[in-house]
Parts: sequence; C-alpha cells; structure tokens
Amino acid sequence: MTAYVVPLLLCAFALYGISQKVPVFDAFMEGAGENAKVILRVLPSLVGLMTAVGMFKASGALDLLQAGLAPVASLLQIPREIIPLALLRPISGSGAMVIFQDVLQSFGPDSYIGRVASVLMGSTETTFYTLAVYYGVTHVKKTRHTLPSALSADLAGFVCSALLVRLFFGAAG
Amino acid sequence: MTYIWVGMLVLSVICGALTGRMEGVSAAAMGECIKAVELSITLLGSLCLWGGVMNIAEKSGLTEKISGWFYPLVGRLFSGVRRDSPAFAAISMNLMANLLGLGNAATPLGLTAMRELDRQNGERESASDDMITFVVLNTASLQLIPTTAATLRLKAGSQNPMEIITCVWLCSVLALAAGLLVNRALRGATRPRGTKSAARRIAKGGSRP
Repeated sequence: MTAYVVPLLLCAFALYGISQKVPVFDAFMEGAGENAKVILRVLPSLVGLMTAVGMFKASGALDLLQAGLAPVASLLQIPREIIPLALLRPISGSGAMVIFQDVLQSFGPDSYIGRVASVLMGSTETTFYTLAVYYGVTHVKKTRHTLPSALSADLAGFVCSALLVRLFFGAAG
Repeated sequence: MTYIWVGMLVLSVICGALTGRMEGVSAAAMGECIKAVELSITLLGSLCLWGGVMNIAEKSGLTEKISGWFYPLVGRLFSGVRRDSPAFAAISMNLMANLLGLGNAATPLGLTAMRELDRQNGERESASDDMITFVVLNTASLQLIPTTAATLRLKAGSQNPMEIITCVWLCSVLALAAGLLVNRALRGATRPRGTKSAARRIAKGGSRP
C-alpha cells in the first residue's frame, strides 16, 4: 500500500501542473536547482554533529549513562531493556535502528518490550540531527530553548510509550 | 549548542579513556565526517527532487490549496507567520509530507520553511519563537502510518505489525504536547533583551514592521 504514495503523489502534482498550464519540467528544474545550493549550508553542522555523536557512541559513555539511569527508569516504569534505545534515539537514527532490530530479535515483536520499543520508534525522531540540519540553513547561532523543548517531547515519548502499551496490551509477555 | 558539542567531545575522551575504547573514539573522530558527506549527498538528491516538485505545486496553485487545509492548525501554532507568506506555505507542505510519512520529502520542505522563517526573522543570530515551534514540531514524529517500525516488526515475525498504531498516535500527540508546553513556558525566559516590547506590541494587534 505505502509503495503507492510517492509515485502517485508525483503523478498527481505533475498532472495538476499540466491542467493549470504550467511548463512542468521547467518548473521542476528551477526548483531543483534552487534547492541544490542549500546542501553546502547543511554540511558544516552535519560534520560537526556526527563527529561528536560518533565519538560519544564509540566511547562507551552510553553504557555508563545507562547504569546511572536505571533507577530513574524504574521509577518512571520504563523497562530497563529499553534504556539503550531511549538514550540513542535522539542522537543517532541509524544507531537506534540497529538496537531496535536487536530488541525485536531477542524479545519478539509482540512481547511487552518489543511493543514498547516499536511505539518508541514510531513516535519519536532523531532530535539532534533535525536540530543540526534545520538550523544549519539559517543564520541562527542561539537556538534558545529549542533543545530543552525537543528533549522534553522525547522524554514524554519514552514515558508514554511504556504507559500506553501497558494500558492497551498489558505488561505480560 | 556550543556547550553540548564541547560537552560531548570531552565526555567521549574521558569515557573512552576509562573504558579503554580510545581506538574506537579515534576512528569515529576521523571517520564520521565522511559519513556526514555521504549523508548530505543522499540529502542533496531528495532536496533537488522535492524542490522541483514543490515548484510545480507552487506554480500550479496547489501549495495555496494545501496551506488552506492546514490553516486552522498552523495559524494557531505560528503567531508570527501570515497566511499568505511563503513561510506559511512551506510549513504546511512540510506537515503534509510528515503526515504521509515521506521523511525524504519532509526534510527538504522543512529546510525551505526554515529559510523563509530566517528571512522573516531578519537573519538574526537568535532563533525566533516560530522557528523553535517548527523545529519542535519536526522532532516529534507526526505520521499517520508508522511505516518503518511496522516493516521491521513484520520482518521480525510479528503476528500483527500494525497493532501499535493507536499507541503510536497517542504517544506522538502526547510527546508533542509536552514539547510545545515546555516551549511556551520557556519562551519568555530565553527571549533576547529588547525584543519583548516589540513582541507585545504585535500581540496587541499593533502594526507589524
């Protein structure tokens, strides 16, 4: 089903353009060319952020954080097996994906932990990446309270994913 | 961002030394920049594609229509963005792409929106309230169908990969609500000095500069 979305959308936009007598391909080239220049403004912040995140991941800092956060997680009733995923989710999209697959393999997708992990993955984003790329194209140097707000959303997402799965499916399995 | 960046670098070196994984840290320090270039080339492709498609939509008046659908929501969240501005159109298109689960399209559209908001902000060093709201909106994953999670669940042998969908919706909305609440609460505290009175004037319905 989802395989239809993009092709149909492209067709619909092109056909609507023709119906409005727009020179569709020329308009496409113009828009594409304009956006091509944007990438050079994104690259510096991407290099900076990915280097820091990569070093952070490789250093084992996450393992230490995880040990420190275990009591907090049990207080918020987040299963401890989810902590690595929750910690990695805001900083690394590909890293979170690997751990997510790992959780599904070892606990099963239809287990309590598997479901919590699924909801967590479906309802949160790679916050740091979004921040770096989005602010990368602007002149902004002070992001003010963007990060605290975005991380509050992530934290609420972690707590709610465990809570909602318990409500909908129970904590068994 | 500066403190977080420096903090991550320093922590990595300390933890790397403590856990004896300095080899890995060093490899990451030198290798990640190549990955960043690879990622931006991937991004370059989708930026061009969706920039082109959006230009068609704009020239044909489709953008105008779609922003109309989103007006009740976007108009309320972004107080400084006018209905007929290019920023408004870009924000609406980004929301549509997010809802449809088109991550590849949402980012380029989001970047267009950010550049428009930047222009509206007078290219200042400090982010505007609307920029922050927009970024928070994009860090919460708003999508009608959680495709990636469901696909991976199916691959792992789930009996019903889509059973989580209601949970995902509720969880997204609650997370976003928390983000927006904190956003509202901190807004006054982080506003750069000297702009407060101007913001109040606009809020009172005064003329916009």
